[in-house]
Amino acid sequence: MNVKKRLLDGSRMVRAIRRMAIEIVERNRGIDDLMIVGIRSRGVPIAERIAKEIEQMEGQPVATGILDITLYRDDLTLVAPQPVVKPTKLPESIEQKVIVLVDDVLYTGRTVRAALDALVDFGRPRQVMLAVLIDRGHRELPIHADVIGKTVPTDAHEVIKVKMAELDGDDEVLIMEK
Amino acid sequence: MRTTASSLKSKDLLGIEPLTPDEISLILDTAEGFKEVSERPVKKVPALRGQLVINLFMEASTRTRVSFEIAEKRLSADTLNFSASGSAVEKGETLIDTAENLVAMRPNMIVMRHKHPGSPKMLAERFENISVINAGDGAHEHPTQALLDAFTIRERLGRLQGVNVSIIGDIKYSRVVRSNIHLLTKMKANVTLAAPPSLMPVEIEKMGVRVVHSLDEAIEGADVIMMLRIQLERQGKLSFPSLREYYNTFGLTPERLRRAREGVIVMHPGPMNRGVEIASDVADGPWSVILEQVTNGVAVRMAVLYLLGGAHSGANE
Repeated sequence: MNVKKRLLDGSRMVRAIRRMAIEIVERNRGIDDLMIVGIRSRGVPIAERIAKEIEQMEGQPVATGILDITLYRDDLTLVAPQPVVKPTKLPESIEQKVIVLVDDVLYTGRTVRAALDALVDFGRPRQVMLAVLIDRGHRELPIHADVIGKTVPTDAHEVIKVKMAELDGDDEVLIMEK
Repeated sequence: MRTTASSLKSKDLLGIEPLTPDEISLILDTAEGFKEVSERPVKKVPALRGQLVINLFMEASTRTRVSFEIAEKRLSADTLNFSASGSAVEKGETLIDTAENLVAMRPNMIVMRHKHPGSPKMLAERFENISVINAGDGAHEHPTQALLDAFTIRERLGRLQGVNVSIIGDIKYSRVVRSNIHLLTKMKANVTLAAPPSLMPVEIEKMGVRVVHSLDEAIEGADVIMMLRIQLERQGKLSFPSLREYYNTFGLTPERLRRAREGVIVMHPGPMNRGVEIASDVADGPWSVILEQVTNGVAVRMAVLYLLGGAHSGANE
């Protein structure tokens, strides 16, 4: 695959995530009952960074969690190989909380559909919001993001590659062509 | 050790012997993810929704059958339990005919226990669209037991490589020990066996294990002590003078455990004969992880069912 364009570099990613954090706090009018939940795998470092930004802004920590959606996918028997199933980690009950689901790229919406199914097995949140670093369009389900780092019109044959320092060594978002 | 494999090569789990170390790590890593499911308020995930799993138990079993059934239900599979008693098997139907009829009802997986070694393999070869999981075939293998034992050791001690595991008791008639030896030696643990001569198969050292002849020798330096049940039903008659004498020479007691390493864990695949191979004070004592093994059994079986039924079926399409 060829790199077509670099959408975000390290410093622009930092600013995008900071802006997402501000928007989350604004929309929620504070951080009461807030829990930032990253979808494995690249949603997790983004959620942690958003939480860190919120803590710096508000002066107190915000709860974070990790959601593994492998078992809720609708393409379980279509795609192989599957990622290894890992635990979901939620620090406390999600009853009556405002959950911000965080993922790297919003595309078909199927991951978010699976995440919503996974989430409700843990309880009934008061509200669920969706925050994504990149919205690339081409939804196959009626799902939209509440907080977006960057909206990028794409063609279906293009691939968005998000790299996070925690997992991939450095921060950048690339648009690649098959 | 973390896995590099992302799926299992075979559609079946017939034993530990055919698995690679990577595949074993994949199953154990996956089981870690599934252990969390059993601690949720809603202990169910939709991974095997719409799949039919038949539990074909032609030999008595409580723990294994119940554990598989719970694992299947937590994965949202439909389950059907079939046991020999009260079925056409009592009217003389052969295993193949029974299986042909069950397969005609389109299950996705068969979990099978049978007294004849190799019978799960026979079914696995006959039905190429169905995953067969061996839940114990005679004295041959009992792979999910070995996997849950390894999971428990890894969880407690953090690793398998270099761990000293002593397996004590009825080596000759135990399928658990055969699967465990395959697994532990593949994962580079050090395995020591101890049993009365009449319960120790000849040339078992060829499997890469150390054989000692007394309980004290086996306990010395052990990180893990795995006691095996005296299989009274499989022996016909006793291979040693009396149960009392067996307890006196090979029964695990708190006094004898003092020779082990600090932090030693005691395991038993169940069901236990208290006062024969293990003293109650040990079975219920601080060393015992016997009930953790049972809890972990569900997670490990979920992992196996998921890897064969959920994630695997797509690999061939």
